[in-house]
Amino acid sequence: MGYKARFKVWRGDKSGGGLEDFSVDVNEGEVVLDIVHRLQATDAPDLAVRWNCKAGKCGSCSAEINGRPRLMCMTRMSTFAEDETITITPMRTFPVIRDLVTDVSYNYEKARMVPAFSPPADLEPGDYRMAQVDVERSQEFRKCIECFLCNDTCHAVRDHEENKTSFSGPRFLMRISELDMHPLDTVDRREVAVQEHGLGYCNITKCCTDVCPEHIKITDNAIIPLKERVADKKYDPIFSIASLFGKTKERARRTPPPGKNA
Amino acid sequence: MTDLERHSYDVVVIGAGGAGLRAAIEARSHGKRTAIVCKSLFGKAHTVMAEGGIAAAMGNVNSKDNWQVHFRDTMRGGKFLNSWRMAELHAKEAPQRVWELETYGALFDRTPEGKISQRNFGGHEYPRLAHVGDRTGLELIRTLQQKIVSLQQEDFHATGDYESHIKVFAECTITRLLTDESGAIAGAYGYFRETGDFVLFESPAVVLATGGIGKSFKVTSNSWEYTGDGHALAMRAGGSTLNMEFIQFHPTGMVWPPSVKGILVTESVRGDGGVLTNSEGTRFMFDYIPDVFKDKYATTPEEGDRWYTDPDNNRRPPELLPRDEVARAINSEVKAGRGTPHGGVYLDVSSRLPAETIRKKLPSMYHQFKELADVDITAVPMEVGPTCHYVMGGVEVEPDTGSAKVPGLFAAGEVSGGMHGSNRLGGNSLSDLLVFGRRAGLGAAEYVESLGESRPQVTDAMVAAAELEALAPFTTEGGENPYTIHSELQESMNDLVGIIRTQAEVEQALERLEGFKARVAHVTVKGGRAFNPGWHLALDLKNMLLVSECVARAALERQESRGGHTREDYPVMSPEWRQVNIVCRADGDGAAIVRQPLVPMREDLLDLFDVDELKKYLTEAELPKGAH
Ligand code: SF4
Ligand code: SF4
Ligand code: FES
Repeated sequence: MGYKARFKVWRGDKSGGGLEDFSVDVNEGEVVLDIVHRLQATDAPDLAVRWNCKAGKCGSCSAEINGRPRLMCMTRMSTFAEDETITITPMRTFPVIRDLVTDVSYNYEKARMVPAFSPPADLEPGDYRMAQVDVERSQEFRKCIECFLCNDTCHAVRDHEENKTSFSGPRFLMRISELDMHPLDTVDRREVAVQEHGLGYCNITKCCTDVCPEHIKITDNAIIPLKERVADKKYDPIFSIASLFGKTKERARRTPPPGKNA
Repeated sequence: MTDLERHSYDVVVIGAGGAGLRAAIEARSHGKRTAIVCKSLFGKAHTVMAEGGIAAAMGNVNSKDNWQVHFRDTMRGGKFLNSWRMAELHAKEAPQRVWELETYGALFDRTPEGKISQRNFGGHEYPRLAHVGDRTGLELIRTLQQKIVSLQQEDFHATGDYESHIKVFAECTITRLLTDESGAIAGAYGYFRETGDFVLFESPAVVLATGGIGKSFKVTSNSWEYTGDGHALAMRAGGSTLNMEFIQFHPTGMVWPPSVKGILVTESVRGDGGVLTNSEGTRFMFDYIPDVFKDKYATTPEEGDRWYTDPDNNRRPPELLPRDEVARAINSEVKAGRGTPHGGVYLDVSSRLPAETIRKKLPSMYHQFKELADVDITAVPMEVGPTCHYVMGGVEVEPDTGSAKVPGLFAAGEVSGGMHGSNRLGGNSLSDLLVFGRRAGLGAAEYVESLGESRPQVTDAMVAAAELEALAPFTTEGGENPYTIHSELQESMNDLVGIIRTQAEVEQALERLEGFKARVAHVTVKGGRAFNPGWHLALDLKNMLLVSECVARAALERQESRGGHTREDYPVMSPEWRQVNIVCRADGDGAAIVRQPLVPMREDLLDLFDVDELKKYLTEAELPKGAH
């Protein structure tokens, strides 16, 4: 059952740091976050780490385990060999605050730049009618727990600090796509997707999809359709005429919502 | 005084879960400059863990539902100890609060007509819970978070500053509420987790929305944030808490592996057809239907099964009894030696629903068991057992405004008390957050309005005292590590003030609490002030101790069994005790309790019930006239 595992944990702050070695007890059924907590209770009471739910639902405990972006609470110790050294480092794309805790404010700033949901002005609360098939597309993206592992992994910012001002990362391209697919939203965000969120930086490598703990198909279901809609706009003369008349979003590809008084 | 950052706001909301965010939206909508202060990052609050749904009598699935039926269910669930006024406001306003979420962008699951779908849940007579699969809490948090962002965008267009009217101070812990000489709220003092630097919010109104107290118990579904901060802050500022003996043990927490023990298994598993069996394969809940519910639940598995498709002509299965009943039943089965290998009972959907349906209806449960326990719930039963989930008791408030007994102090959500009486129904928590979050935000805005220019002032002496208190764990030498005391506290509360209580055990708990108090006074932490979890725990531990003492004192005082309080030595529910609230206040370094009579229910609300039902709960003298 129990054994001692070898760990290397990055410790330090903005001014620098390095990997520290630990040998820790591991019991059956434990996850990496349990081991970090054991370290806090024994060898390293001031080891900084974020966590909340310990069930993969809040997206707080993101880090890189053996170089791979993961949730510490959802990484079971049984996935490693007993003689394997496990290395935990903070997410590399965001500035480190201390130990495993990083400054993720980049994400909150980008979130604030996405134009908000905007329903038809004359639609009263209680009168919203939407078909299940139509809400499902956006619902997939709303499973997002904002762990920011996708943004951590995307090469367009991971190795390119300079792109951070012009590129919002997969999380927020997906948010734009989510609003775009909302059956009752009235805003066209295609222009902002390109101009302010850097849709063009994504070259659909799908690395974000690979690390998403919620298994959201970020690239296939959110980003590629968004790219297609942007391309439509560029080449579709009908659209620009329609927009002159203040017509909101084109909804031809959607199932019409059931009658309001149904 | 060292490096003190100062801010001035009209309203400070402590906590960024459902209640806090809804309160902040309301205060800001009334033109008040509002700060939201939270211990975690924005959008990570414990509300994300809520799975089942939001109870609101919209009548989308069964048109017979209305606020009166919801009110009745809530009072029954709480065994009539609820603040009836809160239960009334809650039942009446919940539908509006849910519809409003759609205007913020929420996407609930739909009925075939395109309305918000509603699901069955324990204790609710009709399908009533608006939901998104089994991740409703996440939808609620994200929706409110995104609404706040949209308000910030509006402010940006108006003022050029996103944060001119509403600002989130994330990873910031409040350690003290500051009051002026008249006792009115003047501000809040705390530290930033990241740097350890201190911060002072000068504000005439504070809304507490800090959630619960579960971290005082060993087996809990609650996150580290749930250390009873709001309860303790209110009491130390002169306020009171009530009903603290009522703790909800959710019947179905994971029991294996040990590292995830306590993590919630949503009640929707039962609402969607899951059944509870013991090691002998018996559906044991049929043996545990209490007298007060005898005519409302199926007496045979056949009838229970028919209810899922024909609810009008059959009674619901007893797996859907209120949570306190199910938790006690599981506890008894395990004690009688009919438990599973890991000390729980079986909860099975695999033999009841096709695998595809399970994955569709319960995606996060499927995911959770697969990834954390390596169990495929579409193929084998889950093992579950009770886990400390929710505190019904909380800060004593005015039902209509959320005002606590301190001028300028408001509370909403789990930290407030009264709404749920002795036991909360599933789904009534998310609706509670919205209804009373909004009311507390409004109450705070109106209070600030009423003050005009004359606002209570913070004194330097108070700030200095708050700083000294927060730094104490660094200045003490040779004391213990806070983690040890915390785990001993959790064991004590779990073992001695848990699901089943006795006088001797609760007295023993109180003795141990005295010991912990002495040890916590000398707790010592290593390292610096920047993001130091040891220091954070040392400060939170004081709140946990004060709150645990309230729970234990109230549990000792109440000599009956009701809802989330079961006394082995007083096993029956007593109509006389129903007339009593146990109120708790800070007293020296501990807590003191007094009994306080409940306000009698308004006549027209009493008339909503059958006299025969009322007789089960009320004393002869309380029954409506002519009913004897
Ligand atoms: S698919 Fe696009 S967004 Fe995702 S990781 Fe690759 S480049 Fe980044
Ligand atoms: S999309 Fe997936 S990886 Fe990205 S933040 Fe959301 S949950 Fe995390
Ligand atoms: S702690 Fe919540 S996702 Fe890991």
